[in-house]
Amino acid sequence: MKEPLLEVVDLSVSFKMYDSLLERKELKVISDLSLTLYPNEVLAVAGSSGSGKSLLASAILGLLPPHAKIGGKMYYQGRRLTPALQKELRGSQLALVPQSISYLDPLMKIGKQVDGHKKPHPASDRIKLFEHLGLPKGTEKLYPFQLSGGMARRVLVSTAILSSANIIIADEPTPGMSLEQSIEALSMFRQMADSGKAVILITHDIDLAFQFADRIAVFYAGTTVETASSEDFRTGPSALRHPYSKALWNALPQNGFVPLPGFQPYAGDLPQGCPFSPRCPMSTPECQKTMPPTQKIRGGEVRCIYAT
Amino acid sequence: MSSISGRLLQTFLSYGVRILLLLLVVSIIAFALVCLSPVDPIQQYILGVGSVSAEQREELEDYWGVNDAPVERYMNWLTALLHGDFGVSLLYRRPVLDIIGERFLNSIALMFSSWLLSGVIGFTLGCLMGMYRERMTDRILKKICYILSSIPTFWLGLILLLVFSVYLKWFPIGFSSPIGITSSEVSLWQRLYHLALPAITLSLMSFSQIALHTRQKLIDVMESDYVLFARSRGESRFTVLRRHGLRNIVLPALTLQFASFAELFGGSVIAENVFSYPGLGSAVSAAGLNSDVPLLLGITIFSTLFVCIGNMIANLLYGVVDPQIREAQS
Repeated sequence: MKEPLLEVVDLSVSFKMYDSLLERKELKVISDLSLTLYPNEVLAVAGSSGSGKSLLASAILGLLPPHAKIGGKMYYQGRRLTPALQKELRGSQLALVPQSISYLDPLMKIGKQVDGHKKPHPASDRIKLFEHLGLPKGTEKLYPFQLSGGMARRVLVSTAILSSANIIIADEPTPGMSLEQSIEALSMFRQMADSGKAVILITHDIDLAFQFADRIAVFYAGTTVETASSEDFRTGPSALRHPYSKALWNALPQNGFVPLPGFQPYAGDLPQGCPFSPRCPMSTPECQKTMPPTQKIRGGEVRCIYAT
Repeated sequence: MSSISGRLLQTFLSYGVRILLLLLVVSIIAFALVCLSPVDPIQQYILGVGSVSAEQREELEDYWGVNDAPVERYMNWLTALLHGDFGVSLLYRRPVLDIIGERFLNSIALMFSSWLLSGVIGFTLGCLMGMYRERMTDRILKKICYILSSIPTFWLGLILLLVFSVYLKWFPIGFSSPIGITSSEVSLWQRLYHLALPAITLSLMSFSQIALHTRQKLIDVMESDYVLFARSRGESRFTVLRRHGLRNIVLPALTLQFASFAELFGGSVIAENVFSYPGLGSAVSAAGLNSDVPLLLGITIFSTLFVCIGNMIANLLYGVVDPQIREAQS
């Protein structure tokens, strides 16, 4: 087994909020989340929109807002990922591929922006890469608002390719894209992983994640309920372990389009015990007592006491 | 290149037309207000001539046409104005245009220095507050800004005068030059020395607005997606300020500063009165108090032009600096 590049153990992120005038409440957005990332792989973190997946990216990069409280441990190549180490790794070993054009400075030309503040690579690298990505000549002289959606995506990806980072966190890179564009974008991440890097693909597009990721972590109500190989997800419910993953699979259009009644609980409104228990067909009073621990079953990881 | 100069010419022309229309409207309103007010220009004229009989006064009224219909009087005034004749000041017995020119030179020195000072101080403090949001620095500076923006100019002027001129004797008590020497003998240093306290008063009154505005803008920028991305690429907070912050907050600050010409002029009227500084501001209050209608209307027209030009510069700057607006204009 290869050495893990990044390990996230029992990560939790919460925000202090004022509920009413005096009552202060802690809003737990991510709870007890664990992930392991190996070189050469694309790990998809899949879950519905608004479930706090983007905060995972901020937490790994150490860029959570100051009022966020963070718990658990993270390791980079076995070293404890402290704020100081995060600062050192940002831009050199950790790279973010953000989701939209709003992540580019509206008043800075693309070339200068892609080159970055330290200019770690000669401009000729960027010119070559832009050509390779099919960006028209003169793109570097444009401002972000002058880019088409497709160009903007390639510009954003180019920043990660140009950096020498070995961990790339792609935060929802596909929304608003056509199928061909999404496939093109995800192929770029696949190529990066194949060239020795590791990619965390945060997405709600499970379907595409099956095709391009090596493993998929299913994110539900602030935690990962199952981590399994894409192979298992392609096979279907028989290979999956968690009832939510199975329901997710069944809800896909090509697999019957079966909806799961109910909705995901909001942070701050989580049920006691297993967060999925109110919607789970297999739920028993036992499930409502404590959060199920992570178990290793058939090569995957699952948080369900009845998983087989 | 020709398209750019052509576009610039077009922009200038459209602003020119708008400013002319505005001046026309302001002249009508100002004239109507003077007509409605108890201001009596004949009385002021008589004061300068000596005592007159009732018949002589009537003759004078006929001569100056004060009993004509207001519309007729306005048209006469406007026609003269269009020929470059602003009339003669009743108070100073000199052409209005000469007085405006002379007073404006004094005022522009005062307004420009306080404008520059408030801009630099305000912007710097705004950046500091934005960078250290909700920390001690920010909290203290923010309170100072709120206090300063709620103090009336004349009161602050009086306090500064009392402390620095009367007690400490660091600055002169008033005027734009020392008493007892002719204007040709006044040195630049003496002018600056007399200018200092009114300029400081005026800038203290106006920097808080730009500071609070810059603070909020910088906070917005620091919380933006593009700053998060820049930070994820290893930029430190100060690199972010240098590379993205300043770029995105300078323009709004500059615009606000140019658009503040109206407050600047209003403030200078009060500051010049408190410091007996012979600028346009003290001239306008003298003209108002002494029924000097030609001078009052002349300064009204002139200050309108001044404020309009400030706003025009603000608008043009946006077009020059912001690529998005530049493209929309072309």
